[in-house]
Amino acid sequence: MNKLPEPKQPEKLIDDKGLRIDGRRLDELRPIKLEVGVLDKADGSAYIEQGKNKILAAVYGPREAHPKHIAMPERAVIRCRYHMAPFSVDERKSPAPSRREMELSKVIRESLEPVVLTDLYPRTTIDVFVEVLQSDGGSRCAGITAASLALADAGIPMREMVAACAVGKIQGKLALDLSDAEDKYGEADIPVALVPNAGLVTLLQMDGHLTLSEFEHGFSMALDACKTLHGMQREALKKKYATMKEAPEEREEAEVVA
Amino acid sequence: MVLVAEPKQVVAPGELLAEGDHLLGDNAYRLGTKIFSDSIGILEIDGNRVFVVPLKGGYIPRAGDLVAGRIVDIGLSGWSVDIRAPYEAMLPASETPGPRGPRRRDLSTSFDVGDMVLAEILAFDRTRDPLLTVKGPGLGKVASGRVVEISAAKIPRLIGRKGSMISMLKKETDCQITVGQNGVVLVWGKSPDAERVAVEAIYMVEREAHTRGLTDRIRDMISRSKMVEQVAGTQTA
Repeated sequence: MNKLPEPKQPEKLIDDKGLRIDGRRLDELRPIKLEVGVLDKADGSAYIEQGKNKILAAVYGPREAHPKHIAMPERAVIRCRYHMAPFSVDERKSPAPSRREMELSKVIRESLEPVVLTDLYPRTTIDVFVEVLQSDGGSRCAGITAASLALADAGIPMREMVAACAVGKIQGKLALDLSDAEDKYGEADIPVALVPNAGLVTLLQMDGHLTLSEFEHGFSMALDACKTLHGMQREALKKKYATMKEAPEEREEAEVVA
Repeated sequence: MVLVAEPKQVVAPGELLAEGDHLLGDNAYRLGTKIFSDSIGILEIDGNRVFVVPLKGGYIPRAGDLVAGRIVDIGLSGWSVDIRAPYEAMLPASETPGPRGPRRRDLSTSFDVGDMVLAEILAFDRTRDPLLTVKGPGLGKVASGRVVEISAAKIPRLIGRKGSMISMLKKETDCQITVGQNGVVLVWGKSPDAERVAVEAIYMVEREAHTRGLTDRIRDMISRSKMVEQVAGTQTA
């Protein structure tokens, strides 16, 4: 059997002009597409494309807790499953939940919990599913961005939507929103999730090495990016209802012509 | 007191609505001096009160609500009813009309699994499941008519301001319509055609709940489909 060659490490992550392998500047986000309400059966859903990432998020609830013993008497329980499809990466990923997926399910849940008004729905659960269809680095952040959009779309009361973005270090320079290759061959990666109005950081992880001043600078870069993303989330959520608003008028015009 | 967002606009969770000492209504919360929305919905102002009418969301029971639900289980002293809420409702046998005291007869002779019942929520709080009653005029088993299930968040729009939408629907379609607060609507018409027009109108309210001038558009739609039916009727006759 022919085995595909391992994707080679790029010679340079930053070229002579200071641009990255995908042509971005260091402080530039990947192209982002957000869509709300893509699944009919879920109570709320969202789809995000961030670079080559393609992620679906679905929310069910608040609904009766099953098994009953997980229910909390005074608030709703949020459950989260982050999962990567077997075809989401170059080499087939086993569909069974891995150690990494369990960790990401936990950190995504914990980044969303502080904003959801869970005490309004005691003894219930809210289920959040994050399904990665195609993975290209920074999928936990894109997952959080999509999941909070899906929560809002489900009509679940929440303080505000959470936006997340990573910052990292490649070839000694700080870079925003790392892609898969930059994450693999770079020196550091920090995913950050922000609740903008409250000024709350609900996710902060780091691997690799950074000096304190590099961290501080990178952190503020990530916060700015989260604010940009938050604006896009709001726009995407409202767009769903704006397009619906126009539809009736169009239909009436068509009938006049006929 | 400053209003930051426009009334009647679609607002997202976390969107700034107003600043200052407004009264907090539903789906709004205060952070410092600022008031934010906690849901996707439409901003409404009533005097000094700021609130958001949500566009999405499931049904949360409230005592006094009229709901329609399906019997899912029969116990020793009552029924379990699915009222499309996160909580399963209980309808005790003592809350059915008829003689009091211990009953010998099988509960399934009153309501069987799968039956639709129209009931009122007697009591509900955070700690216990909702309690139903079918004692009262019009309550009990629903044996005929059509069942339309829509999102519970759209029920206020279906009823309209002071019942304007629902009374128009009843008049124009010539159907009897009972609206359950849980999003289950029951329709009884004189003919299947009349029922079909009413059902279509109810779905239209659900789809376009957040648009303006909806009552007039619905009225147009109903009169158009009535005309179509008349034409079709004369052709076959």
